[in-house]
Amino acid sequence: MEVTRRQILNYMERNCKVDVGELAVLLGTDEDTVKREIAAMEKEKIICGYHTMIDWDKAGVDQVNALIEVRVTPQRGRGFEKIAERIYNYPEVSSISLISGGYDFLVTIEGKSLMEVSRFVSEKLSPIDEVVGTATHFILKKYKDHGTILAQKDKEERMLVTL
Amino acid sequence: MRNPLSKQITEIQPSGIRKFFDIVGEMKDAISLGVGEPDFDTPWRVREEGIYSLERGRTFYTSNAGLQELKDEICKYLERKIGVRYDSKDEVVVTVGGSEAIDIGFRAMLDSGDEVLIPQPSYVSYLPCAALAGGVPVVIPLQNENEFKLTREELEAAITPRTKILVLPFPNNPTGAIMTREELEPIAEAVVEHDLYVISDEIYSELTYQGEHVSIASLPGMRERTLVINGFSKGFAMTGWRLGYVCGPKLIMEQLLKIHQYAIMCAPTNSQYAAVEALRNCGEEVEKMREAYNQRRRYLVSEFARMGLECFEPYGAFYIFPSIREFGMTSEEFAEKFLEEEKVAVVPGTAFGECGEGFLRISYAYSLEDLKVALERFERFLEKLRR
Repeated sequence: MEVTRRQILNYMERNCKVDVGELAVLLGTDEDTVKREIAAMEKEKIICGYHTMIDWDKAGVDQVNALIEVRVTPQRGRGFEKIAERIYNYPEVSSISLISGGYDFLVTIEGKSLMEVSRFVSEKLSPIDEVVGTATHFILKKYKDHGTILAQKDKEERMLVTL
Repeated sequence: MRNPLSKQITEIQPSGIRKFFDIVGEMKDAISLGVGEPDFDTPWRVREEGIYSLERGRTFYTSNAGLQELKDEICKYLERKIGVRYDSKDEVVVTVGGSEAIDIGFRAMLDSGDEVLIPQPSYVSYLPCAALAGGVPVVIPLQNENEFKLTREELEAAITPRTKILVLPFPNNPTGAIMTREELEPIAEAVVEHDLYVISDEIYSELTYQGEHVSIASLPGMRERTLVINGFSKGFAMTGWRLGYVCGPKLIMEQLLKIHQYAIMCAPTNSQYAAVEALRNCGEEVEKMREAYNQRRRYLVSEFARMGLECFEPYGAFYIFPSIREFGMTSEEFAEKFLEEEKVAVVPGTAFGECGEGFLRISYAYSLEDLKVALERFERFLEKLRR
């Protein structure tokens, strides 16, 4: 990958609210290059979307997140892909990954309440033919997400002026 | 009662801008562009190693010159970075920051009356340390038109039969200037020709933004004439750990080690263990910090150009050194007024030598968000002055 593309991605991974002119200055290139590369990477699906990190707790919105381990038995002609598809089409599912080790899929889900998450697992997930077992772990507290530490940073410890 | 003080120490002038620092010290709500240390925390893996070394009970002295493990890593690092080989047994001494290395370097090499050439603007400790070691500091005022690099002409004009040491402070605090191989070559030739020694303070060597850092010790005939000083404070964001080192030919290092041994004993043990981890596994973290500094540097250069402020583009350290001559104030007056009116602290260029008059040192060891707030106030201040 060309350096500029990588630099753009490194920057945008942390901050997608890009001022194109400013980013061009920071990277020592011109505005047109930055615009062109971002547009190209959006088209190539290298940049797949833009999200906002929200602390829903602070926003006063109740939300329950859970990690669900799912064990499945893939059937002939219906590999993992097909099963994953049946699961990821539910809007409650925020991510699903195929995992090596003791179980097959790790599903993360967002719900409004414990009840809602439990109902999803018992009524939607478990009844899928290929699913042989699930284990649901509710998230109690998030400390770091997407490389960002959520705790408040301590104030400046450095002296005002040092030579 | 007899005078308790040494004549030598009382003759050393306190910093001329102490008044400014007193004012800064009382400002509680000011923001600052005045620090000389990274805004990044020490990489976690390094801190963790420091904690672990304490848990393991590694709380004893190390050998005087430092942990052999660390000295081995330092030598590998220097060979990789500047292409100079040092014997890790007797050509490295681990010191309490680069500052100690500056002090004992002078003390190992100077006799009373030997002259030390000190290019300025530069870090504040060369001059007093040289004087305390019995040397006679001779300042070479560097020029804005040369982007504050040292030229062979300036060097040769300052050499006398008593000249022994040239201090080479690049990448430079406060100007951000670097010296390329092509610029160092004529300096090295002159040093060899006039039979001088060099103390090369390369503490900012990890922070260059135009090609790799070049050490004068890597030029022909210079290894045996050079003490290379470096450390962990800047590139590895480890200022508070107080850890540096000095490398040079065995002939000098043997004597230098005696001073370190009697004055210091050894550098802090747990900092030394942490530093081993820094040299082994922090390449990527250092690179990330450098990239962040580089982005801020480009941002400041572009903003100053937009504001119409005269400033050469610096390629090293984390400082930018704009000229404020157009406002007809001294650097200190400007800094005081700026602090008073906009509550932003910057360092007057004169803190680093008289030839820093007319300039400010602005540090970009701050997040982009902080820089933006400070620059907004800076611009407002400039507009007021220009009205």
